[in-house]
Amino acid sequence: MRRDLERVFGSRSLLPAQTVFPAINIYDDGEAFVARAELPGVTPESLDITATGSTFTIKGERKAFEAPEGASWHRRECDCGKFSRSFRLPDPIDSGKVKASFKNGVLELLLPRAQTAQARKVSIQ
Amino acid sequence: MATKKREMEAQEKKEVQSEGKEPTREGFWFRPLVDIFETEAGITLRCDMPGVGKDGLDIDLREDVLTVTGKVEAAQQARQRIHSEYEVGGFTRQFQVGEAIDQNKITANLSDGVLTVHLPKAEKLKPRKIEVTAI
Repeated sequence: MRRDLERVFGSRSLLPAQTVFPAINIYDDGEAFVARAELPGVTPESLDITATGSTFTIKGERKAFEAPEGASWHRRECDCGKFSRSFRLPDPIDSGKVKASFKNGVLELLLPRAQTAQARKVSIQ
Repeated sequence: MATKKREMEAQEKKEVQSEGKEPTREGFWFRPLVDIFETEAGITLRCDMPGVGKDGLDIDLREDVLTVTGKVEAAQQARQRIHSEYEVGGFTRQFQVGEAIDQNKITANLSDGVLTVHLPKAEKLKPRKIEVTAI
C-alpha cells in the first residue's frame, strides 16, 4: 500500500516513517496464512513466537555486533536491539498447528486457519 | 554497547537508484544496509541481505570496485498477498577498495542473511614493530 501511496503522491517524504519492526507480509493460500518477516542477523534461538485466537506475536532480539577492540567504525547502518510485534489475522488460526521456519534471515510462519473458519464448499442438491 | 538494550526501529528498504542509467534488471533491487569497521589488520563489511542464499550471492572485484549482489528467489507467487509492508527483491551495493587492501586475500561469509566480507590490509601497510638487536 505504501508503494501505491507513493505512486499517487510521488514523494516518500509525505508519508510517515514506518517505525514498527519487523515489517510483515501476509499471504493467504486458502487453508493457511503465511507470514514472512526479514530478520537478518537474528539467530533463530532468540525468536519467541506465540499464537492465540487470530493473533500471532513475534519477539526477539538482534544482538549488537561487537567489533574487535581498537576498531574504528566507518559506517553503522544496521540496527540492533529487541523487537516485539503482534499481528491480528482476519480469521482464527489453529494455534497448535502453527509452524515456523527461518532461512537466510527470513522468518516464515505457517498459520493454518481453525477448522471452524475454513470455508466449506456447499453442494447444491 | 553490551549492556545497551533498546527497541529496534524499522528502517525502510532503500531501492537502488539507477543514476541516469536505465534499469534493465527485472524486479526490485535494494541497497543493503552495511556496517563497516577497520582494524589494524583490515576492513570488515557486514551487509544485511535477508533472503539471499549462498547460490544467489555474487561478489565481484574489478578495477578497485567491490560489488556485492544477492538475488532473492521470488516465492509466494501462487499465494495471494493480503497484507504488505515490504517488497521482496535483490540487493546490490558497490564499495571502493583502497590501495591498502590486499585484493587477493578477500574472504566472505554468509550467515542468517548477513554477508560478512573481510578485506585484509597488505602486509607492507600493517604497522610493524621493529626489533632492535644489539650488536
